[in-house]
Amino acid sequence: MGTLNILVGVCLIYVVFLFLIAFAAERAALEGKGGWLRSPLIYTLSLSIYCTAWTFYGAVGYAARSGLEYLTIYIGPSLVMIGWWWLLRKLVRIGRSQRITSIADLISSRYGKSNLLAVGVTVLAVIGTTPYIALQLQSVTVSFDVFSSAYGAELTEATQGSNALLVAAGLALFTIVFGTRNLDVNERHHGVVMAVAVEAIVKLFALLAVGIFVVWGLGGGVSETLARIDASEIGQWQMRGDRWATLIFLSGAAFLCLPRMFQVMVVENEDEDHLRTASWAFPAYLMIMSLFVVPIAVVGLDLMPAGSNPDFFVLTVPLATGNDALAMLSFIGGFSSATSMVIVAALALSTMVSNHIVMPIWLSTQSVGASVSGDVRHVVLLSRRISIGAVVFLGYLYFRLSGGGTALASIGLISFAGVAQFLPVLIGGIFWRGATRTGAFVGLTVGFLIWAYTLLLPSFGAGTLVSEAMLTEGPMGLSWLRPQAFFGITGMDPLVHAVFWSILLNTMSFFVASLVGFPSPLERLQGAQFVNVFEHSSTPQSWAGSLAQTEDLMVMAQRIIGAREAQNLFEREAKRQGMSGLLPEPSPDFLQRLERELAGSVGAATAHAMIGQIVGGASVSVEDLMAVADETAQMMEYSSKLEAKSEEQARTARQLRQANEKLTLISEQKDSFLSQVSHELRTPMTSIRAFSEILRDSDRLSEDEKIKYSSIIHDEALRLTRLLDDLLDLSVLESGRVNLNMQSGSLKGILDHAVASALTGAGADKMQVVRNAAYEEITLNTDLDRLSQVFINLIGNAQKYCDANAPKLRIEVGRSNGALVVDFIDNGSGIPKTEQAVIFEKFSRTGEQKVKGAGLGLAICREIMTRLGGAVEYLPGQGGAAFRVTLPEEVALAAQ
Amino acid sequence: MGKNVLVIEDEPNIIEAISFILSRDGWSVATHSNGHDAVGVVQNAMPDLVILDVMLPGKTGYDILRELRSEDATQGLPVLMLTAKGQVKDREMAERAGASRFMTKPFSNAEVLDAVRELVTG
Amino acid sequence: MSPKHNIPFLERQSYRRRRLIDTIRMLPVMGAVLWAVPLLWRQSEDSGTVMTSDAIIYIFLVWLLMVVGGAWLSRSLKRSDAEETERER
Repeated sequence: MGTLNILVGVCLIYVVFLFLIAFAAERAALEGKGGWLRSPLIYTLSLSIYCTAWTFYGAVGYAARSGLEYLTIYIGPSLVMIGWWWLLRKLVRIGRSQRITSIADLISSRYGKSNLLAVGVTVLAVIGTTPYIALQLQSVTVSFDVFSSAYGAELTEATQGSNALLVAAGLALFTIVFGTRNLDVNERHHGVVMAVAVEAIVKLFALLAVGIFVVWGLGGGVSETLARIDASEIGQWQMRGDRWATLIFLSGAAFLCLPRMFQVMVVENEDEDHLRTASWAFPAYLMIMSLFVVPIAVVGLDLMPAGSNPDFFVLTVPLATGNDALAMLSFIGGFSSATSMVIVAALALSTMVSNHIVMPIWLSTQSVGASVSGDVRHVVLLSRRISIGAVVFLGYLYFRLSGGGTALASIGLISFAGVAQFLPVLIGGIFWRGATRTGAFVGLTVGFLIWAYTLLLPSFGAGTLVSEAMLTEGPMGLSWLRPQAFFGITGMDPLVHAVFWSILLNTMSFFVASLVGFPSPLERLQGAQFVNVFEHSSTPQSWAGSLAQTEDLMVMAQRIIGAREAQNLFEREAKRQGMSGLLPEPSPDFLQRLERELAGSVGAATAHAMIGQIVGGASVSVEDLMAVADETAQMMEYSSKLEAKSEEQARTARQLRQANEKLTLISEQKDSFLSQVSHELRTPMTSIRAFSEILRDSDRLSEDEKIKYSSIIHDEALRLTRLLDDLLDLSVLESGRVNLNMQSGSLKGILDHAVASALTGAGADKMQVVRNAAYEEITLNTDLDRLSQVFINLIGNAQKYCDANAPKLRIEVGRSNGALVVDFIDNGSGIPKTEQAVIFEKFSRTGEQKVKGAGLGLAICREIMTRLGGAVEYLPGQGGAAFRVTLPEEVALAAQ
Repeated sequence: MGKNVLVIEDEPNIIEAISFILSRDGWSVATHSNGHDAVGVVQNAMPDLVILDVMLPGKTGYDILRELRSEDATQGLPVLMLTAKGQVKDREMAERAGASRFMTKPFSNAEVLDAVRELVTG
Repeated sequence: MSPKHNIPFLERQSYRRRRLIDTIRMLPVMGAVLWAVPLLWRQSEDSGTVMTSDAIIYIFLVWLLMVVGGAWLSRSLKRSDAEETERER
C-alpha cells in the first residue's frame, strides 16, 4: 500500500511539474525569451501526441495478439513525414498563409468559407474523437488498477469511476489554463506544446527503459531475445497482405486528418523550416518507440501466467519481476501518453466547436451586427473554455456508459477510419481546383455513413445496435447490403472492407458531385489560392470594400483580438499605406489581411461574415472574378505584381478624377448660389434705395404717401433680415454643425403650435385646417423646435400658395413601412410635375406668387429633416399640393 | 401729355417706385408684371420706351428682348434693362440680346430718370 | 568576379537543387515499395516461412534507411538554400 501512496504522490508531483513547465514556457514566450521554444526539436516532439496510451500500452498487446501488424500504425505516419515535400509542406504553408485554426477551418475555408461544412466536419471530428478520449481515461484508470491489484488493494468500480473523473477534470483544467490564456491570433500555445514535448521525452524514456530491461535484464541480450521471439507463438510471419497495406494507408491518412495532429503539425507550427527536421526526426522517434514492443510482448507471454492481459505487459512485467521503480516510470510514461493526447485533442476540438458552432450561433443572436455587439473577445474565450470542458466530459461520459469494456480496445482503428474520411476532401482541396463544396459535402456524408454502417455500428457487437439478422442477411433481406460484405463480396476482413468501401465511395461521390456542380466565385477563388499556394502567397483575393468604415472595422477588431493588438495592426497598415494616424484606407489588401487576423480568433467563415457585415455589398469584386476566370495561371503569376501596381495607379487616378469633378461641380454651385444670393439681396435693396431717395428728394409728398413709402422701406428691410436669417440657418444646417436639442413632446402639441403660428390671417382669408386628433396622440423624441419649424413652413406655404376659393388644409398622421408620416395636403391646384423636382432646391420658386419669399424655406426643411434622420418630400397625386414629412421609427418608438 | 413708358417688372414695390419717379417727371407709365404675354403687351401698347426686368416669372427678360428685336415693329424700340444680378456676364447677355441700356439694381432714381430721358429724346 | 562568370555557376547550382528535390520526392516512394515487400512473403505453415526476427530486422533496416536518407537530404537541401541566399546578396 505504501508503494501505491508513493505512486499517487509521484503522479501529483509530475502533474505539478507539467503545470510549471507550461507556465514557464508561457512566461518565456511572453517576455520574448522563448527562442528555444521555437526549435525544430520541440516541434518534432510535439508531434509525438500521435503516440497515445493506445500505442504505449496497446502496441505490446497488439503485438502479442497479431505479431508485427502493430508496426503499420507507425509506418504510415513515417511515410507521410518522409514524403513531406509532397503534402505536408503545402498543408503547412496553406495553414500559415490563411491562418487556419483547425481541420474544420481548413476544409470550410477551402470550400468557399462554408460554415455548414465546418459544422459538419466539427461534429464528425467530435464523434470520431470522443471514444478515443474515453480510451485514454480508461488506460489511466486501468493501469492504476493494475498497479493497486499488484499490491493486493482491489479497487471498486466506483473508485475507478471517480479516478477517471478526477483525471478528466485535471486535464480539462490544464487545457483551459494553458489553452485559453489569451486569444492568440496565431492560435499557438507555447505552454501546451512545451508540456507535450516534455511528455514525449518521458514516454519515450519510459518505454526504452522497460525495453532495455526486458532485452538485457530478462532476455539475456539481443541474439537471445531474437531467438526467443522466433520460438514464441508469434515467431512466424503471419500477415494478411490486405490488412498490412490497408493499415499503413489508414494510419498515414489518420495522421494527416486527426484534429489533434492537425493542431500540432499545422496550427502550432512556428516555422516551415521545422518540418524539414521533423521529416526525418519524427520517423526516428516512431522507430525507437516501436523497437522494443515485440521483445516486451514475447517476454511477457513467456513470463506472465496464461490469460493475463497483454495490453499491460509494459506495467506487469516490471512489477512481476519486482522492479517497482521501473514499473512506476512505465506508469508515468503511460500517464504522459494519455494526458498529452487528451489535452491537445480537447484544445483542437474546442477551437472547432467554438469557432464553427458556438460563435456563429452567438453572432446570429446578436441581431445588431458585429460592430456594435458586446465584447466578442470575452465571449470567444468563454465559449472555448466551455467547449473544452464539454469535450473532455463527453469522453468521460462515453467511458462510463461503455463500461470501460473491451469495446474500447478496437476503438483506436475505428476512430482512425472515421477521421480518414476527411482525406479525399483534404487532398482534393489542395491539389484539385475543380473540387467544390457540394462535392465535399456529398463525399463526406457518403464516407461517414458507410463508415458508421460498416464499422462503427457492428463494433458494438451483433445484437446491440445492429441485429444479428442484419449482419448475416443484410437490411430487410437485401443481402448485397450486408454491413460487412457489400455487393456480396464475402471473406474480406471487416476493417479492410469498411476502409475500402468508405474511402472509395467517398472519393468517387466527391469527384462526381464536384464535376456536376458549379462552384461559387468565392470557392473558385479559395480553390486557386489553396492549390497554387506556392505560386502566389500574396494573393489576388480582395474585398470590394472601398465603402467600408475603417472605424467600424477598428471597433470590431478591438473586440476580437484585443485593443492594443488591433491598434498596432491598424497603425502598421496605415504606415504601410503611407498615411499618418491610426486609420488606414480600407483597401482590399488591408481588408484581406485583417480578415486573416480575425480568422485566427474566430475562424475563417465567421471572420469573413463579420467583415462582410461591415463592408457590405458583394463579397467578391469584379477583379477577383476576372482573376479566377483567367485560368492561364502562368501569365497571372508573372504579371500579378505588375497588375497590382497598375491597379493601384488606376485607382488613384480614378480618385483624382472624381475629386476634380466634384470640385468643378462645387465651384459651379457656388457661382450660381452667389448669383442667386446677390439677386435676392439686391431686390429689396432696390426698393429701399428708391423710396428713401424719393423721401429725401421730394418735398411735395402727402402725409399718406410718406407713411406708405416708409412702411415699404420697413417691410423690405424686414425681408432682408429674414433672408439673412434663412441663409445663416441653412449654412449651419448644411455644414452639420447644428446642435440638436432632443426633447420629448406630443405630436399633437407641436402641430397645434405650428398651426397657430403659421396661420396669422383672420376671417374669410383664414385657411381651414382639418385634423384628426386621435391619430396625433404620439409622443416624439426629437428636436421639437426644428420639427415645429418644418411644420410652420409647410403650413405657411399652403396658406401662401393655395389658390382655392375656400382654402382647406388636411393634416394626416399615419404609418408607412414602420416610419411615422405626417402629410400636409391642401385643395389648391398643386405643383406642376416639372417643378416638383426642383422645389426643394435653394431659391426655387414656382409660378406667379401672391407673396414673395426667398425660396429657401423648403431647402431648410429638407436639411432639418435630414438632420433629424427623416425626410420631407412632395407627395404627388393628392389633388392639391401635398408634402409628406417622414420621421424615423425610433423617434416615435422611443417614447411610446 | 408726356411720352409713354412701359415698365415690365414683377416686384410690386419696385414698380411703384419707378412709376412714382417717372410720373413726377411727366411720363405716362403703364406696368406689366409677368413674362408670358409681355411681348404681346408691348406690341399692343407700342410705348416709347420699355423698362424691362430680367428675372420675370414665365419668361426671362432676355428672351422677351430677343423676340422684340426680331419683330420689325419693335426692332428699334428703346429698352432699358434692369437686373439684380450684377455680374459681368449678365451685362454681356443684355448687350447681346439687344438692350439699349443696362442698369444694375439697386439704382439711383436720378440715374434712371437720366437714362429714360436720354433714350427717348436722344 | 564579373557577373558573366556567375550565371553558369548559378544555373548549375539550381539544377543540382532540383535534382535534390527530385530525390526527396522519391524517398517516400522507395519507402512504400520496400515496406510493401512483406506482401510477397510466403505465409504457408511449412518450411520456408519468414521468421519474425528476420522480418523485424528487415523492416527496421528500411526504417533506418529512411531516417538517415531523409536527414541527409534535408541537410543538403538546407545547405543549398543557404548557398543560394548567400549568393543572392
